[in-house]
Amino acid sequence: MDPLLLAATAPITSTSTGEALTFWIIAPIAVIGALGMVLARSAVHGALMLVANLFCVAVCYLLQDAPFLGFVQIVVYTGAIMVLFLFVLMLIGVDSTESLVETLRGQRLAAAVLGLGFAGLLVFPLGKVIKDQPAAGLEAVNQAGGGNIHSIARLLFTDYVFAFEAVSALLVIAAVGAMVLGHRERTGPKPSQKETLRKRIADGGVLTPLPGPGVYARADSADQQPALPGAGRGLTGGAPAPLEPGGGSPAGDGAGETGDADGDDPPGATDGSAPVGAGKGSGL
Amino acid sequence: MNPANYLVLSGLLFAIGSVGVLVRRNAIVVFMCVELMLNAVNLSLVTFSRIHGNLEGQVIAFFVMVVAAAEVVIGLAIILTIFRTRRSASIDDVNLLKY
Repeated sequence: MDPLLLAATAPITSTSTGEALTFWIIAPIAVIGALGMVLARSAVHGALMLVANLFCVAVCYLLQDAPFLGFVQIVVYTGAIMVLFLFVLMLIGVDSTESLVETLRGQRLAAAVLGLGFAGLLVFPLGKVIKDQPAAGLEAVNQAGGGNIHSIARLLFTDYVFAFEAVSALLVIAAVGAMVLGHRERTGPKPSQKETLRKRIADGGVLTPLPGPGVYARADSADQQPALPGAGRGLTGGAPAPLEPGGGSPAGDGAGETGDADGDDPPGATDGSAPVGAGKGSGL
Repeated sequence: MNPANYLVLSGLLFAIGSVGVLVRRNAIVVFMCVELMLNAVNLSLVTFSRIHGNLEGQVIAFFVMVVAAAEVVIGLAIILTIFRTRRSASIDDVNLLKY
């Protein structure tokens, strides 16, 4: 760092109390968020921890005269990128837990030791060297360009215009690449409506739509016998009402009758005497 | 407080991210750890920009963000493609880049 330059622009040896206070609140949260992401068993919890951490880093940008980058961080990272991460997590399945078996023996211990050493190597010499170095501050530069955003835009479209164009090309390539990777070629012909229907009948499931919750029937069909509340399995179960016209009282016909009726059903079509409300949870 | 404290925070975050990359098996979590490391570098870039009184650090941090966004898109698409064929998001299952 050029000492003459520093002397010319009123160096900062110590930040304001407000900034120090914010930093000492924000920095532990950032570290805890990062540690939580590494240590969290569930990937979704890890993603949320990372959101907290990225938000803290954005606050650090805002503290350091970089409002543009701070807001870009919030919009792009905690907004777009983390939503993308959560989307993919949900697509893959959040319950796909990773195996805790170590494929390399002592890998975790070695990684922890390595990480601690790395952190020490990064932090201690760095802190020692730059501890008393004054900072030049960005107020003068920001003022000269007419604000942070204007100054960054001027740099971006003059000195860094080639990099800017290259990065825009990179973004287009990335979008096309994501489409190519996400596209799946259909290997067989698309099943027609007739084939779909034949398959449903051949599978022997319920052909009609299922009734709504709370309806004591197994299907929205006239040939399906409804169930009566009060008896049967569980709290919500009920014995099927007798189908024969003019049959005996529903309460009198016991489980044997229903058992016979169920024996005639095709396998897989209906499930015992459970009404749909219970059958969806327990039997089907 | 000295502005160099941000650099210390950045170093800590980078080390935590690198440990996560070494330890975790879930490909998406590994990917998130890489993002954390990129962010730590961005924080140090912004801090150096302030220490030197020069906005170029912020411009480079901006470029890093854009490249990271492109990288996330492609990386997640690759993870999804691998998951389709292998039914697994563990990085131990892709040790053979064939089939």
